[in-house]
Amino acid sequence: MSVTTGRAAPSGAAGESSRINATWQEVAADGGLAAPAHHDLALDHTQLRSLYRLMALSRRVDRQAINLTRQGALGVFASSQGQEAAQVGAVFALDDEDWLFPSYRDSVATFARGVDIVEVLALFQGSWHCGFDPYRYRVAPQTTPVATQALHATGLAMAARMRGDPIVALTLFGEGAASEGDAHEAMNMAGVYQAPVVFLVQNNQYAISVPVSRQTRTESIALRAPGCGMPGVRVDGNDVLSVYGAVRAAVDRARAGGGPTLVEAVTYRLEAHTTADDETRYRNADEVATWRANDPVQRFAQTLRDLGVLDDALTAEVEAEGEELAARMRDSLFGAPAGDPREMFEHVYATPTPALNEQRALLDGELSAEGDA
Amino acid sequence: MTVTMAAALNTALRDAMREDDSVVIYGEDVGTLGGVFRITDGLQAEFGAERCFDSPVSESGIVGTAVGMALYGLRPVVEMQFDGFSYPALDQVISHVAKYRNRTRGRVGLPMTIRMPYGGGIGAVEHHSESPEAYYSHTAGLTVVSPGTPGDAYSLLRSALAHPDPVVFLEPKRRYWMKEEVELPVSGEPIGRALVRRAGATATLIAYGPMVATALEAAEAAVAEGWDVEVIDVRTLTPLDLDTLAASATKTGRAVVVHEAPRFAGYGAEIAAALTERVFGHLAAPVLRVTGFDLPYPPAKIEHHFLPGVDRILDAVARALEY
Repeated sequence: MSVTTGRAAPSGAAGESSRINATWQEVAADGGLAAPAHHDLALDHTQLRSLYRLMALSRRVDRQAINLTRQGALGVFASSQGQEAAQVGAVFALDDEDWLFPSYRDSVATFARGVDIVEVLALFQGSWHCGFDPYRYRVAPQTTPVATQALHATGLAMAARMRGDPIVALTLFGEGAASEGDAHEAMNMAGVYQAPVVFLVQNNQYAISVPVSRQTRTESIALRAPGCGMPGVRVDGNDVLSVYGAVRAAVDRARAGGGPTLVEAVTYRLEAHTTADDETRYRNADEVATWRANDPVQRFAQTLRDLGVLDDALTAEVEAEGEELAARMRDSLFGAPAGDPREMFEHVYATPTPALNEQRALLDGELSAEGDA
Repeated sequence: MTVTMAAALNTALRDAMREDDSVVIYGEDVGTLGGVFRITDGLQAEFGAERCFDSPVSESGIVGTAVGMALYGLRPVVEMQFDGFSYPALDQVISHVAKYRNRTRGRVGLPMTIRMPYGGGIGAVEHHSESPEAYYSHTAGLTVVSPGTPGDAYSLLRSALAHPDPVVFLEPKRRYWMKEEVELPVSGEPIGRALVRRAGATATLIAYGPMVATALEAAEAAVAEGWDVEVIDVRTLTPLDLDTLAASATKTGRAVVVHEAPRFAGYGAEIAAALTERVFGHLAAPVLRVTGFDLPYPPAKIEHHFLPGVDRILDAVARALEY
């Protein structure tokens, strides 16, 4: 099976390509996982380099976000480290008009979709709940009530289908969120209405401290797909090419009217749940070390070196870009002013209510008193 | 013409769908059946299953997908089949429907309407007679509306469907068959405006939804006592038109709030507190509350002992007049 390419390659450098292998398991007719099947990807070298750049930059901005949290510029941060292949690979499979519905875990997916990283981090900085314009990037706000965004993705996909627009919605959630009723309701409704939506479950082994064995008795979240009338796929979530291939196949099917797909990307959260978490209470260092040896960014870099696509010059170039980004994050997020507190009244309704105007006047008085003090 | 509230709601939906093709309606049994109370009767036949369709039994799914549709530019109108079955969707309502405009710093408003029949008085089984308005009214970002007459049912529902923000539209199910002489389409006072339904000078009754008719009945009965009672229909629970309520309470000096829902931390507590803060100096008596009792909604055969009626209301008016 051949999978079509992701974003169109820029002209000029395009053309040079290598035969690339992606592997995933489909849920078979008997309800179990089929044997891993190999698929050829038609990604050219320009696309592979773009993918590498996004992976490496994602790691860099995530590391910087943790640093900035420790230094007080962010209130808290939920790291994506270890999950770059799942997040970046999935987002890379979208076209420009498609929509992404991420959770709080998916900051690098949001970044890889093109949202400015400083705007992404408004959530964790505490400057606003969502720092970017969803319509500009076709990215919904990151949610913290887990799995709720899966329904929004299904609804948007249903609306696009009603309008006849060839748009696909991709939603990301975790194996813990998969236990929520909303995850089931979203997948079931997507199946009923054949909504063009792709559900990507990042099974990162833990929901804060609780292991996946307490989320499901089965061997894979993907096994729920037949129950909702859709194809299910399990993929190595640390292999960006396989994630891309599996998600791209699902996106293509959805766009062609073939309905939703559930993809489980098996991966690992290398950092603690958030910067406020103590992971040593529930997992041991050996386990983390084993997964660190399977680091998706290093693994992809090695694949590209073996293919002759990645050299020291490109590595250095991306590293320099990463340092620039990190510096800009530091400059933008450190000591950033809190903003005008009166803005909290502005976005509750299109037109503020009389009660809100009254309360705003109260705050005005408090602010004046503070100013006089 | 003589119009029932059910027919007025049905006509409002039909007229809105004719005017705006972004209006889509879905929920449990709203398509082929036309809804268990027939509020969506005939809409699928006229507009097709693309614009009026049945959903799975999935309340959170219904509301959550409506968020996505509104995000994409549609105007979804979803039905919660009964008040007591709206609770599975509360997470979507509170976490997203109410907050999306605010979360996105004003960039994404959700023009969607959540309709539901609410309240008791029809002899229904458990979980079919709830009055959940306090949950919704307490949630910032929601606009909460409840009509008390057929004409208002039409005009307020049309306003809800055209509103830039999400509206929780509470339909008093025991008044679905209430009739009124009114020509549709009718354009009434906008969302956010309370109405004086009956002018009076002795005391003010404040009611909404199913209790508007009961309050008016009590006001007529009060004439025999020599009392000239004013009745205010709140119409919009959020945002509350406190000016209209305060003007009446200032005039009469005595205010009694009436609702079916239990008293404790109920919507009437907000009105009593707000009036006390605003016009305390004009009040001759504390603002009293006539409500259901602080207990789970009772079985059908004894529900009439739970629901506020004319006698309970007049007793409260008498107490207010004793001060």
